[in-house]
Amino acid sequence: MAPVEIQSHAIESLRYIRDTMERATLVTAVPGRGGILMGITAIVAAWIASRQPGSAEWLGVWVLEGLIALTIGITAMYLKSRSGGMPLWSAAARKFGLAFAPPLVVGALLTLVLSGVGLTSVLPGLWLSLYGVAVIGAGAFSVRIVPAMGLAFLIAGAVALFAPASWRDVSLAAGFGGLHVVFGLIIARRFGG
Amino acid sequence: MAKGSAARKVSEAPARQPAKQEIAQPDRLIHERMRLGIVSALAVNECLSFPELRKLLNTTDGNVSVHARKLEEAGYVSCTKTFDGRIPRTEYRLTAPGRKALEKYLKHMESLIRAMRAH
Repeated sequence: MAPVEIQSHAIESLRYIRDTMERATLVTAVPGRGGILMGITAIVAAWIASRQPGSAEWLGVWVLEGLIALTIGITAMYLKSRSGGMPLWSAAARKFGLAFAPPLVVGALLTLVLSGVGLTSVLPGLWLSLYGVAVIGAGAFSVRIVPAMGLAFLIAGAVALFAPASWRDVSLAAGFGGLHVVFGLIIARRFGG
Repeated sequence: MAKGSAARKVSEAPARQPAKQEIAQPDRLIHERMRLGIVSALAVNECLSFPELRKLLNTTDGNVSVHARKLEEAGYVSCTKTFDGRIPRTEYRLTAPGRKALEKYLKHMESLIRAMRAH
């Protein structure tokens, strides 16, 4: 083989290894134990939120929980990618973030608008279904477990949208709490994190 | 005497041209594209199931099966077969020799690139 050919073959091999690792990391970019922790904080938040006197306080609790969960998620993804020897901002993480962020931004905007006109009763269904859309989108390149988790959130959101307003904290506890814990356990057992 | 020196010649032969031999012979077992893919995917995961590997590498059942078996025979990956209810489940893990082989292969490729750039 000519030297140039050997070199380009070696470069191509390294690129193939990197691409495969990036795609394979996407499988596990979703952290298992991080997900369980997010679920636990959601259950605690549901309990606190259910004891709030007004809608503004209730919304405050859930916005705070959203920020806590986001911090846990990003930290867990960072720790997981570091332990796997992959940079967090790899192509895989970038793809995941690009698919994940838009539905969450839409969710934040709609929360602002709907709470402004007093429609807080639709927020649990909206949050759960948009989170489901985000997970399905981000998990499209991943193994079945991730989009399956997204679908479960989407269904939980659809149920919550038509459920009585008094169920709001139960819906959120079952969705952000229960589903995160269940899928977190499965992901942690099989893919770590 | 002559026999001894001949024997020494034979044993010394590979040591004389290590670079050339390395260029000519990377680890053939993981040099093959599909096997390199399996090893790379397992290097960043604790374990992957058979369908997960097939989907990741965008290939067929037969391809994953044949190449994973070769890696298993070489001791580069370990395979566990369990039952999820009635459904059989095959999971693969990278072994310590497998990880070492991938690291060696990576170093080999990097050294090839460096060597060619130096020329």
